[in-house]
Amino acid sequence: MNGGNGNGYGNLRPILMFLAMFAALAAVGLMQSWSLALAILNLCLISAVMSLGVNIQWGYAGLFNVGIMGFAALGGVAGVLMSVPPVAAAWQVGGGGIAISLVTSVGTILAAVFAAKRITARGPRRLVLAVIIVAGYFLTRAFFDPAVEAIEAVEPAKTGFLGGLGLPILASWLVGGILAAGAAWIIGKIALGLRSDYLAIATLGISEIIVAMLKNEDWLTRGVKNVSGLPRPVPYEVDLQQAIWFQEWADRLGATPVEFSSIFVKLCYGALFAAVLLVVLWLSQRALNSPWGRMMRAIRDNEVSAAAMGKNIKGRHLQVFVLGSAVVGIAGAMLTTLDGQFTPASYQPLRFTFIIWVMVIVGGSGNNWGSVLGGFVIWFFWIEAEPMGLWLMDLLTAGLDEGSGLRKHLLDSAAHMRLMTMGLILLLVLRFSPRGLIPEK
Amino acid sequence: MDGILNALILLSNFVIVPGMAYGSQLAIGALGVTLVFGILRFSNFAHGDTMAFGTMITVLVTWALQAWGVSIKPLPTALLALPFGILGTVVLLLLTDRWVYRFYRRQKVAPVVFLIASVGVMFVMNGLVRFIIGPDDQRFADGDRFMMKAREFKRMTGLSEGIAFKTSQGLTVLTAVIVVAALFWFLNRTRAGKSMRAYSDNEDLALLSGINPERVVLITWTITAALATIAGVLYGLDKSFKPFTYFQLLLPIFASAIVGGLGNPLGAIAGGFIIAFSEVTVTYAYKKFLYYTLPTDWAPEGLTQLLSTDYKFAVSFVILVLVLLLRPTGIFGGKAT
Repeated sequence: MNGGNGNGYGNLRPILMFLAMFAALAAVGLMQSWSLALAILNLCLISAVMSLGVNIQWGYAGLFNVGIMGFAALGGVAGVLMSVPPVAAAWQVGGGGIAISLVTSVGTILAAVFAAKRITARGPRRLVLAVIIVAGYFLTRAFFDPAVEAIEAVEPAKTGFLGGLGLPILASWLVGGILAAGAAWIIGKIALGLRSDYLAIATLGISEIIVAMLKNEDWLTRGVKNVSGLPRPVPYEVDLQQAIWFQEWADRLGATPVEFSSIFVKLCYGALFAAVLLVVLWLSQRALNSPWGRMMRAIRDNEVSAAAMGKNIKGRHLQVFVLGSAVVGIAGAMLTTLDGQFTPASYQPLRFTFIIWVMVIVGGSGNNWGSVLGGFVIWFFWIEAEPMGLWLMDLLTAGLDEGSGLRKHLLDSAAHMRLMTMGLILLLVLRFSPRGLIPEK
Repeated sequence: MDGILNALILLSNFVIVPGMAYGSQLAIGALGVTLVFGILRFSNFAHGDTMAFGTMITVLVTWALQAWGVSIKPLPTALLALPFGILGTVVLLLLTDRWVYRFYRRQKVAPVVFLIASVGVMFVMNGLVRFIIGPDDQRFADGDRFMMKAREFKRMTGLSEGIAFKTSQGLTVLTAVIVVAALFWFLNRTRAGKSMRAYSDNEDLALLSGINPERVVLITWTITAALATIAGVLYGLDKSFKPFTYFQLLLPIFASAIVGGLGNPLGAIAGGFIIAFSEVTVTYAYKKFLYYTLPTDWAPEGLTQLLSTDYKFAVSFVILVLVLLLRPTGIFGGKAT
C-alpha cells in the first residue's frame, strides 16, 4: 500500500530490526546471564519455525488454523515414540492385543467404506453401516481394553507404557512432521472448501482432542505421569565437565567448567535448531517465489478468478494446509527434544496456538522473514514480560500498604497480565499496522 | 417389572435430567453465537470468555450480597446478582464493538479478519477475568441444593433407584424456556426484532428500507451479552465457575450452533440438546442399567462406558464433523456463505 519497498530504507529496515533483536538478546546476556540469553534464543528459534509453518497456511493461503497446539503436540509425542527404548515386558503382555485391535479398527473402517460404496439403496446401507460400526467397535474394545490394562500394570511407577522405538531423537523431528501432516490431511479433507469459520472451529476441536488423548492414553504416552529423561542429540553437561579437553577449553576462556558446559550444550541445541530454521526458511522462500507461490497468493486474493483460471482451490488449500502443519509438527518435536521430557499437561492453547498467531501477525503475514522476526520478538517479550510486569506492578502498588490485600492480589495476578498484553498487541497490530513489522512485498 | 422401572429411573437420573440441564445451557450459549453470526457475520471466538466475564461479575456481586446477608432462599442468591452481571457484560461488549469490530465493519473486511479480531478479544477478556478473579475454581451456588432428593423419591415410590433433581437443574430448564420464549417473541413480534431478522436475511434490502445498521448491531450485542451471562451463570451454578472450562465450552457451543445451522436460532436450540444428549449418553457407564435390564448372569463386568468422560469434547467434534461432511448448512439450514 505505502510503496516504500523500492527505496534503500525499505530493504534496510528488516536488517536493522534483526540487528536490534540480537542486540536485545545480547543485552540479556550481559545484564542477566548468557545462559538465559541462549535459553531464550533457542526457544526463539523454535518459535520462528512454528510461525513459519503458520505463515505458510495463513500468509500464503489465508487459512485460519486455531489448532496449532494439537499439531505441535503430535510433533512432541513423536519425540517419545521414536527415542524411548521399547519396554519389552509391556510389549509382551499387551503388544499383541494392541496390534489386533489396530487391525480390527482399520478393518471396521475399510468394511464401512466398502459397504457405503457398494450398497446403493439408502435404507439397507444405513442399517449395514450401523451394524458394521457397532460390531467393529465392540470387537476392538474386546482386544484393546485388556491389553491396555496389562500394559499399564507393568511397573506403573517407572514405565506402564509401550515405550518407543529406541531410535535417535533427531528421527522424531521428521516423524513429528509426518504425524502432524497426517492429522492435517484428515481435518483439511473435512473442513476445507467450506466457509473459513468451519476450518477454524474444526482445528480448535481436533487440537483439544489430540491433547486429551495424549493426557489419557497412558499405554502410549504415560499420560499426565509424563515421560522424562528423553535421550539427547547433544552431550550431557556432566560428561563434558569430566572431559579433559573441555576443562582446558573452559580454562582458556576463563569460565568454570560447570558454567561453560551449560552454555556449550545450549549452543549445540541452538546450532541444530538454526540449521532446521534455515532449511525451512530457504524452502519457504523458494516456494513463495516460485510459480506455485504466485498461484497460492492469487488464490488467496481472489478465489473466484483463480478458480476461473482452472486452479483447483480445494486441492491447493489442502496441500498448503498439510505442509504448514508438518512444519509446526517439526517445531513441536524440536521443543520436546529441547525440554528432554514430554508433559501433555503443558499444552495450553494460549502458549501453543495464540502466541504463535501473534508472532505471525506482528511479524508480517505473508512474509517469511517477518514470521521469523515475529517469532523472535514475541518470544523475547513473552519471557521478559514477566519480570517487567512484576516490576511495573511493584512500582504501581508501592504507595499501598505492605500487607494490603489489593497489593497482594495485584502482584499475584501480574502473571495474567501477559495474556491481556498479547491480546492487546494482536488487536493493535491488526488494526493499526495490519501488514506487520516486515510487510509482504 | 421392577427391574425395567428401576432402569428407567436410573437413566432419567443420570442421563435425561443432566442432559436437559446441559442442553439448555448449551442452547442459550449457542443462541448467542448464532445471533452474532446472523447479524455480524462472523463466528465469535470470544463467546466462551464473554460467558466467563458475565459469570465473574455475577459471582462477585453474589459474594457481596452474601456478605450483606441478602438471600432469597431456597433460590440461589446468584439470581439476584444476575442483572448486574448482564449489565456489566453489555457494557463490555458495546465497548469491544466500539473499539474493535466497528472499524472492521466500516472497512468491510473479509470475515476471517473478524475471526482473528475476536481471537484477540478472547485473549483480552480471558486475561481480564483471570486478573480479577484468578484462574481457580469458584463455587457460588447457595440456597437449597435439591428440589427433590433421591432418598425422598425412593421412599415415595418404593423403588431401589431414585431421581435427584438439583435446584440448579430445575432453574436451568425453567430459565431456558423463559429466555427462548422471550427471544422469539422479541424477534417475531417487535419492530426491533423484525429489523434484526431483516438485516440478517438481506443486508442491502434492509438498509434500503431505512433500517439503521448500527442500531441493529447495538441490539444484537445487548441480547448476546444477556444470553452469554445467563448461560454462563446457569452452567456455573450447575457445575462450578472456572475460566478455562468456559473457554473449553466454546467447542460444544459452536458445534451446537453449526449442527442446527449457523444463524438459525431454532437450530441453535435443537443443536444444543443434540450435542448435550449425545455427550451424556455416550459417556454414561451403563453397568447398572444393564444389571437391571438383562438376566442376572448376563451382566457385564466392566463399566460398559462407550467413551471415557475425558473425551466428551470428542463427541461434539464427531457430530460437528458428520454435519460438515453430510450437510454443511446444518440440519435446519443456516447460512452457507
